[in-house]
Amino acid sequence: MTACQYRKVATLLAMVGLSGYLVVASPTPAQAMHIAEGYLPPVWAVFWWVVAIPFFVLGLRSITRITKAHPELKVLLALAGAFTFVLSALKIPSVNGSSSHPTGTGLGTILFGPLVMSVMGGLVLLFQALLLAHGGLTTLGANAFSMAIVGPMVAYVVYNAIAKTGHQKIAVFCATLLEDLCTYLVTAVQLALAFPAIQGGFMAAFIKFVSVFAITQIPLAISEGLLTLLVWNWLQDYGQQELKTLRLFQQGKNLDAETIN
Amino acid sequence: MQKPSINVWLLTGAAMLSLAPVLIHQGKEFKATDSINITAIEQVKPSYKPWFEPIVKPSGGEVETFLFATQAAIGSGVTCYILGLYKGRTERRKAEEVPTPVEYRD
Repeated sequence: MTACQYRKVATLLAMVGLSGYLVVASPTPAQAMHIAEGYLPPVWAVFWWVVAIPFFVLGLRSITRITKAHPELKVLLALAGAFTFVLSALKIPSVNGSSSHPTGTGLGTILFGPLVMSVMGGLVLLFQALLLAHGGLTTLGANAFSMAIVGPMVAYVVYNAIAKTGHQKIAVFCATLLEDLCTYLVTAVQLALAFPAIQGGFMAAFIKFVSVFAITQIPLAISEGLLTLLVWNWLQDYGQQELKTLRLFQQGKNLDAETIN
Repeated sequence: MQKPSINVWLLTGAAMLSLAPVLIHQGKEFKATDSINITAIEQVKPSYKPWFEPIVKPSGGEVETFLFATQAAIGSGVTCYILGLYKGRTERRKAEEVPTPVEYRD
């Protein structure tokens, strides 16, 4: 078998594997993603909604700007959204005998920036809250803040910090890994703020909520990093044109910002 | 693709990470961290009652599984469709860039 043929077979195997993996790992009956409907006191529910809405609006503006300037990037945008859609549908079993979700917002953040993903992640959460009774409308603000705002922000900062050193793949992996972990860290903070322990207050409650997912989430975060890197590699090979357009667009935006300043 | 085998390894890694726990904890039911979270809330504040119910509730585990599988299927369908689209485009372009010797002779 020539090198070229080997490559084709390997790519094909990887693609079949990805589909197979997505089907095999998909759902066992689930309870609720992040914070369940009604499980945040009204004050906190409203608070997180108010915090999350500006990001959503800014994200919408960012999406309009990108798609107006480069309509051909809509396809890539759909890919970023679909990736989040599938990953957040998966309840992946973990080493300690419980299962949890990846979030899948890392890929889109690296491509389009964190604000775009606050819209994408928000839509996924809305879909799950409305149709799957998963998460909830009252807790949507809080869940969007952890999964669609803080997660992508973390991914953005980590990616840019590591990508500067030239290790792009490591940057993609680490950004996604930490994005996943921080999403759940924020959930624990939100729950601890709303339900401080009678003895020990916020910290005691935080430790309790963190311990729920700490071990569960680490292998999942690694899985999410691996899967994101896989799709990233394919985009490097087949989506160079779009990646170049995006890079130019982002550089142009920076230039605009500089001239305004 | 410079080193396609890397992708295969990435996938193997992800598959092992999620399949190994299933084998290790055979016969045990996996609990979702989200539902454990609810239990944790009940422990911290036993008096708390959820004040809002989901508007639409999937009727039973079967329907819920179906809905989740649908979400995963739509997501992976769109993802893989677009990746295939890009791959096809790239290969077509490569083929156009390097004409076959036969065409040269003509």
